[in-house]
Amino acid sequence: MTTQTRPDRTAARRWTLLGAAAAGWVGAYALNEVAWTWLYDTVFGLDITIGWASMLHFFSYDTIKITLLLTGIIFVVTVLRSFMSIERTRALLGGKREGVGNVLAASLGVVTPFCSCSAVPAFIGFVASGIPLGVTMSFLIASPLVNEVAIALLLGLFGVGPTVLYVAAGLVIAIVAGMVIGRFRLEGHVEAFVYETRLRGQVIDSTAGLTWGDRLAMGREEVASILRKIWPYLLVGIGLGAVIHGWAPADFFARYAGPDNPFAVLVAVAIGVPLYSNAAGILPLVDALYDKGMPMGTLLAFMMATVALSLPEMILLRRVLKPRLIATFAGVTALGIVAVGYIFNAIL
Amino acid sequence: MHVKILGSGCANCVNLEKATRRAVDELGLDATFEKVTDYADIAAYGIMRTPGLVVDEQVLLSGRVPTAGQVKDLLSAR
Repeated sequence: MTTQTRPDRTAARRWTLLGAAAAGWVGAYALNEVAWTWLYDTVFGLDITIGWASMLHFFSYDTIKITLLLTGIIFVVTVLRSFMSIERTRALLGGKREGVGNVLAASLGVVTPFCSCSAVPAFIGFVASGIPLGVTMSFLIASPLVNEVAIALLLGLFGVGPTVLYVAAGLVIAIVAGMVIGRFRLEGHVEAFVYETRLRGQVIDSTAGLTWGDRLAMGREEVASILRKIWPYLLVGIGLGAVIHGWAPADFFARYAGPDNPFAVLVAVAIGVPLYSNAAGILPLVDALYDKGMPMGTLLAFMMATVALSLPEMILLRRVLKPRLIATFAGVTALGIVAVGYIFNAIL
Repeated sequence: MHVKILGSGCANCVNLEKATRRAVDELGLDATFEKVTDYADIAAYGIMRTPGLVVDEQVLLSGRVPTAGQVKDLLSAR
C-alpha cells in the first residue's frame, strides 16, 4: 500500500484534491444559471421566458443543478455516516422500551448507512436480537423516508424551512407508525424463521477500522453508484418538470389540485404509493408543480408516499412479513402521510 | 479454505466475489467459493448489511465492497 511508504504526502495530496473539488463544485453551482442563460439567450438568441426555449433552458439548468447537489450532499453524508453503522444502531436500540425505542429508532434510521437492499437481513438481525417489532418498523420506515437524497434536493430546491418540516414530519410518521404496529401485537405475522434464527459468530462492525482514505473512497463510490442507479428517474423527472414549467398554464394545478380541493392530498398519496421512483425522480416534478400553484402539503405528501412505500420493497419484505403485517405497515404509513399533507396545507 | 459470499445477488456481491478471487489468486491460496443467498443464513452470521465475506465460517467483512488489496490484508491477517 502506498499509504505506508509516504503517509504524509498521500494525505496532503488527498486533502488538496478534496479542497480543489469543493472549490470547483461551488464555482460550477454559482455559475450554472448564468452560463445557460448566456448560452441560450446571448449565443443562440432565444427567448428563454416562453415555450420550448424556456423548457430547454430549465432542463439544462436543472439537470446540472440537481446533479451537483446530489454529488455534493451524497458525498458529505456518506463520509459522515461512515462513522455510524447498523451494528452500532442495533446495539443502541437493544433493551430500549417501546416509545423511547421508537423515537431512537426513527432518529437512527436517518443517520445509519443503510440501503433498502439490506432491509431483510437488517430486519432479521434486529428482531432476532430481541428488538421489539414496532421499534424495528420505526427504523425501517424512517430510513428511506428521511434519506440524504431527499434532504439534499429539498434544501437546494425549496430551502431550509420545507426541509426541516419534511424531516420532522418523516420522523413523526415513522415513530407513530412503529408504535401503532407495536400496539397491534402483530408479532405472529412475522415469518416464523425470523424468531428461529440464531445469531452466531462474532458481529463485525461494517464501518470499523476505516481510514480517512477509505471513508473518502466510500463517499466517491456511493455518489457513483447512486447516480448510476437514479439517472433515468432524474432525467424523466426533470423532463416532466420542464414540460410543466414550459407549457402548463400558471394556475392549472392551482385550479384542479389547489388548497380548495379537499381530495387533493388523498389523490396525491393514492398516486404516489404504487409509483416506484425515488426522491431524485420526484423532486424536480414537485418543484415544477409547486411553481404552478400546487400547495406544499399536497406535494410533500406525494413525495413521501412515493419514497416511503413501493411495491418492490413490499415484495422484498414479504420474505419476512406476512401479508397482514405488510398491509398494516403500508396502511398506517399512508394514513400518516395523508395526515401530514392536510396539516401542512392548513398551516402553511 | 472455504469462502462464502453472502448477499442476495446484487452488484455488490458480484464485485466482492471478484475482489476476493483476485486476492486468493495473488496470494496463491487454494479456495472453494460458495454463494449464500438465503436471508436466514445471511442473518445467522450476524450480517445486517450485505455483501458479507465469510472464510472458514469466520465473518471477515460486511456492508461494503473492499479492494482486492484489502481482502489480501484480511486473508493474511487471519
